[in-house]
Amino acid sequence: MALILLFPATKEMVVVLPGADGHVGMVVVERGDERFILDEPYASTRLTSDGQVKLEKLEEQEVAASIERSTEPRSPFERAAAVLPGFQGAVAALPARPASFYLYFITGTDTLTDASKLEFERMLEELRKREAPDIVVIGHTDRVGAPEGNDELSLQRAERMKADLVAQGIAPPERIRAAGRGEREPVVPTEDGVDEPLNRRVEINVR
Amino acid sequence: MRWILAVAAAAFGMAAYAQDVGQIKTTKGAVHVERGGQRIAAAPGMNVRASDKLVTGADGAVGVTFLDNTMVSAGPSTVFEIERYQFNSTTHDGEFDASLKKGSLAVVSGKMVKQTPGSMRVRTPSSVMGVRGTEFLVRVD
Repeated sequence: MALILLFPATKEMVVVLPGADGHVGMVVVERGDERFILDEPYASTRLTSDGQVKLEKLEEQEVAASIERSTEPRSPFERAAAVLPGFQGAVAALPARPASFYLYFITGTDTLTDASKLEFERMLEELRKREAPDIVVIGHTDRVGAPEGNDELSLQRAERMKADLVAQGIAPPERIRAAGRGEREPVVPTEDGVDEPLNRRVEINVR
Repeated sequence: MRWILAVAAAAFGMAAYAQDVGQIKTTKGAVHVERGGQRIAAAPGMNVRASDKLVTGADGAVGVTFLDNTMVSAGPSTVFEIERYQFNSTTHDGEFDASLKKGSLAVVSGKMVKQTPGSMRVRTPSSVMGVRGTEFLVRVD
């Protein structure tokens, strides 16, 4: 409210936030011959109805105050939306960030290890938060057996995960792509014939 | 003849797919897409294309994830137009021009801006924003 009273005639506003990884990016605002570089957390430009552009850094204390009142950890977007009028709707509508999951298999099979079965359940919880996920499943193998057989096994692992995701109602088949990469992309490079558990895996990318 | 039809269908299918530049992931309240003079009600899962205009009502909001993982969400009473979007998923080169006529946006830039800072530009009635990364808010009253 205080902000509305302080700046009654804001026509346009841009605010740069710290990224999810803590890294602050940069937005260059150009208006005619004027150029404003926003490269600090909460750096902002504000165009007012008198045609002036103000470059300012929003009080971090003000933004920080909104976190103290909340018991839940909040993102920079949510913190900013809590103190700046007019951003709550956009912030609430941000899609879930793209994410990757890794699951591991019992040697020579498309059956998940016990640890990965638990991880699969955790992954389902994450995926259920997304209304319209797009999923890519990429299967891999270790270097036991012939490369051709491993191509087949890697695809079989990916297809099995796809079938399980469909069966769980996460997404329809046309929204899940499955591919096999055989033994070509090991996480841990090994000699041929080595039974490396970290290489027997699927990578599941969702957005 | 059957073979020619199959090839034509495949080529057409690919062309239609190539037009899609992102996907609507979230909606709230009244949201529609203006495309070639038509108004299409928006829902999660719907693909968006270059030259689409996203329009939200007074109670509306919409969130889109683009091919390069750029995320853009719009709050109520917003008009957001995708003017140009190109992305090469191998090189991560691309161009993204968009404009906010009115309303509010939250933006998380994606792979394209990481590869080429400044390759995403958002126009407002008064200014042009060159995006060098990564997260920002814009409002036009």
